[in-house]
Amino acid sequence: MNEDSPGQILKNNVWTSNPIFIQILGICSTLAVTNNLSNTLIMTVGLMFVSAFTNLTVSLLKTVIPRKVRMILQTLIIAFYVIIVDILLRAYLPEISKSLGPYVGLIITNCIIMGRAEAFAQSHDPLISVWDGITSGLGYMWVLMVIALVREIMGFGTVFGITILPSGFIPWTIMVMAPSAFFLLGTFIWVAKTIILKQQAGLKQVKGGK
Amino acid sequence: MVPDINPVVLLFASVFTSNILLANFLGMCSFISISKDMKSANGLGLAVTVVLTLTAMLNWVILQYVLIPLDLLYLRYIIFIIVIAATVQILEMVIDRVSPALYISLGIFLPLITVNCAILGVALFMQIRNYSFIQTVVFAFGSGLGWWLAIMALAAIQKKLVKAPVPAGLSGPGITLITIGFMAMAFIGFSGMLNVQ
Repeated sequence: MNEDSPGQILKNNVWTSNPIFIQILGICSTLAVTNNLSNTLIMTVGLMFVSAFTNLTVSLLKTVIPRKVRMILQTLIIAFYVIIVDILLRAYLPEISKSLGPYVGLIITNCIIMGRAEAFAQSHDPLISVWDGITSGLGYMWVLMVIALVREIMGFGTVFGITILPSGFIPWTIMVMAPSAFFLLGTFIWVAKTIILKQQAGLKQVKGGK
Repeated sequence: MVPDINPVVLLFASVFTSNILLANFLGMCSFISISKDMKSANGLGLAVTVVLTLTAMLNWVILQYVLIPLDLLYLRYIIFIIVIAATVQILEMVIDRVSPALYISLGIFLPLITVNCAILGVALFMQIRNYSFIQTVVFAFGSGLGWWLAIMALAAIQKKLVKAPVPAGLSGPGITLITIGFMAMAFIGFSGMLNVQ
């Protein structure tokens, strides 16, 4: 299949070169909010928005921006969209905006956005760059949502704030605290990498058999 | 309202109990990629501490005397990131002039620092928590030290880890993250001593 076809980009960003478990990029700003599903959802949607529009802008301006100052300009473009997200959140979801605290602003330094702008939008057309931004956000979102799901169920006994575990369940305090995020992400990477290694081994065997 | 926290307590808290990396997840990207050998970890730790303290002071002054009086608080993300980028650039040039030896050991890490979330994170925390100037300096310096401590500890553990048989799927970032998890648990142990947010 063509490297740059929309389907291939989707597959790459969501699985084969997933920003989190393959590239280990940009976990700083979002891992902190994974003890709660709704915060994680809002945060990753915000990230997806910023990533898509940054890619669009960078791709549109790629011929205009001098190479020497492109880093600082990319940062400014990202900061511009992050401010929009921040203002929108404060206007429509003040509660969540408050509990996210500084982490919305920290989307600026999330390496994945600049990484995609630099690696993809710099050399591709605007539309496909937007798609790349959205799918990167998706690849990011589903991993963090899985982690947030485990942490919220174990830590609070709830899913999106709705209690699902029986009242006799004693919440695991550790799941609300920072170390559990590291453990869960580590385990997630373990599982994903094992599956990928198996797939690769399988492919090699098929080729070898021929 | 400036919170009533003794600077000494704040220093201790930012190094140990609310370690910027292990409790707030900031500065993970370079943390994971650089923590493989102790020498670079040391250099990066030093650079982060210096830049963190410098930029936090600058950002505090700009925040209190420019952004708040002019009611431009919504521009803080852009202003903070520009201050950080400019400081790093100037620092790079100054170090190059003053001490070429230091530049060789520190220089390559400086550009990395602009995108280190810990630097921007500290600036944003200082704004949200309304720290005074002294508190900001202490908080930034402590956070830098805490980050330095964490990356050195991880680099030392990674060195031993090379000899350990780790399952293929877990080797690399997986085991690093789980190691960081254990470190975070150890640091949480300090929180019995004091609790400052």
